[in-house]
Amino acid sequence: MPMPDTDTSSPKHLRDKYAIVGVGETTYTRGSGVTTRALGTWAVRNAIEDAGLKASDVDGMLSYQSGDSTFSTFIAGDLGLRLNFYMDVFGGGSSTEALIGMAMGLIEAGMCKTVAIFRAMNGFSQVRIGGTGARAAAPVMGDALHGRAYGWQSAGQMFAPTFMRHMHDYGTRPEQVAHVKHFHSCHASNNPKAFYKKRYSVDEVVSSRFICKPLHLLDCCVETDNGTALIVTSAERARNLRHHPVLIRGVVGRCSKPRTDMHYQTGPISTVAGHYAREILWPNSGVGPEDIDLTGSYDAFTFTTMLQLEDYGFCKKGEGGDYVSNGTIRLGGKRPNNTSGGHLCEGYTHGINMVIENVRQLRHDADDSCPIGPDGKRQHTYDYREGGCRQVKDAELSANLGWANPGTGSAMVMRRG
Amino acid sequence: MTVQATYLGMPLAIDELDVENLIYFKHCAAHDFHLQRCTKCNLLRYPPTTACPWCMNPKSDWVPVEAKGAVHSYTEVHHAIQPAFKAATPYLVLLVDLDTQKGKPTKDEALRVMGNLTTPDGKLAPPDMVRKVGIGTRVRMVFADAGPGLAIPHWTIDEGAQQPAKPWRYPQE
Repeated sequence: MPMPDTDTSSPKHLRDKYAIVGVGETTYTRGSGVTTRALGTWAVRNAIEDAGLKASDVDGMLSYQSGDSTFSTFIAGDLGLRLNFYMDVFGGGSSTEALIGMAMGLIEAGMCKTVAIFRAMNGFSQVRIGGTGARAAAPVMGDALHGRAYGWQSAGQMFAPTFMRHMHDYGTRPEQVAHVKHFHSCHASNNPKAFYKKRYSVDEVVSSRFICKPLHLLDCCVETDNGTALIVTSAERARNLRHHPVLIRGVVGRCSKPRTDMHYQTGPISTVAGHYAREILWPNSGVGPEDIDLTGSYDAFTFTTMLQLEDYGFCKKGEGGDYVSNGTIRLGGKRPNNTSGGHLCEGYTHGINMVIENVRQLRHDADDSCPIGPDGKRQHTYDYREGGCRQVKDAELSANLGWANPGTGSAMVMRRG
Repeated sequence: MTVQATYLGMPLAIDELDVENLIYFKHCAAHDFHLQRCTKCNLLRYPPTTACPWCMNPKSDWVPVEAKGAVHSYTEVHHAIQPAFKAATPYLVLLVDLDTQKGKPTKDEALRVMGNLTTPDGKLAPPDMVRKVGIGTRVRMVFADAGPGLAIPHWTIDEGAQQPAKPWRYPQE
């Protein structure tokens, strides 16, 4: 696809100057039977091997966690990497794209050359991502008295006032939003790695039990144990590596609404951080939502996918319910979302798996069940029936929309190089 | 001095250095609702902060605030994750627009104060009361005592107020 003329010397944009050259993950399980150190080690190793790099080629490492994982020093030690830079940050779903942007900055500053980014979690078998267990029983201290003392603690509980107000303000209906799970589950059925491969109907979603309104059980993602990793380096270096380069077009990281301590103090509360982030993402990328072939809108819940697609401008404000239910986001539709099945079905990773998926899509190498031809490449059929293909035809441009909470998000546009 | 209490079986605590929360909850313990008012721009803020989010001024006065308003949004929790709330489902977590300062500093803002829906004596509301409340319901603040220096502010239906004909509720009961 011909791209608009760009100024790659711009320190603000750095369009197409950096690439994601390696992706790796462990199996998505409930009961990994190993430590987060082992999960992270395997994921980073897989990503380095995927890139066709050696241990000595990777000299930077970034990770994120919430007091539930291992640190870069252990992963680098286990794999024999000597690092010129590392940093482990606190945080969740808005970290993936933000750390990719930081990796670009590190390389640009000359602090290192190739960066591995990982997230490792036993999100089911150790520290439950949904908040049950030790976190739910912990004492309620200080600022938490304004939240947890009200039984307002889990991600779903905390985000629900935004979801409900969107329904109130725009007439968004439960069955519209339930289509997100329906479509993502169809995608997952074509993903041999997905934890849940079953296709769910809209009726099954809205008739599953309530967790906290407006969320039914099947509006919520699946807690899993996994490690996930990416390798970021310069586009120049990417040209000599194993896969077709996937270039980073533009990135925005942890862009927030006001009052990050309690974003509900500013309104409208049915608007999310994408409303602000899009003003950075699209100008930095030099493209707009209409140019994008596929999206990776974070699906911690069905609603988070819808709200972000809406506020990043894929549809008009208030029309997210129609956008996610009219077939646009399904494989074979105009702009498929989360073709791996995402957090709702493949497994919950705090965002990296959605970037991994779009990297593979832009390589035209989605790891589905299509046969591998004599040239060693997968022969995609574009038949999206259950158990079939999940490669988006001619995918050139993708957008990932990461979500921490209604008030904070990160995003990235990638292109096939 | 550190404040410690137990509420619904949950251990609660405020550190002695956490001056803002100590003052806020001390007023709650006296069943008074006070918020910080900026000494420069005169805007109130919630929850307690160490400076004014509207003008950065670190100085504030604690002033009494009329704690009445309307439900701006809510969630109805059916699957509690905290042990303290498991016996109380379904319970409502309310986000309430106070009448005081509503529409300031812009039309989209309000002091949005959290709380559970409770009975007038501060006990988590029974199911028939939960089903009456939605976006627009008029509520008034009540307090649940937790211990010396600490009570939890909550919301109950304001019986004296003009209620909307039909508050907005999630379409599936």
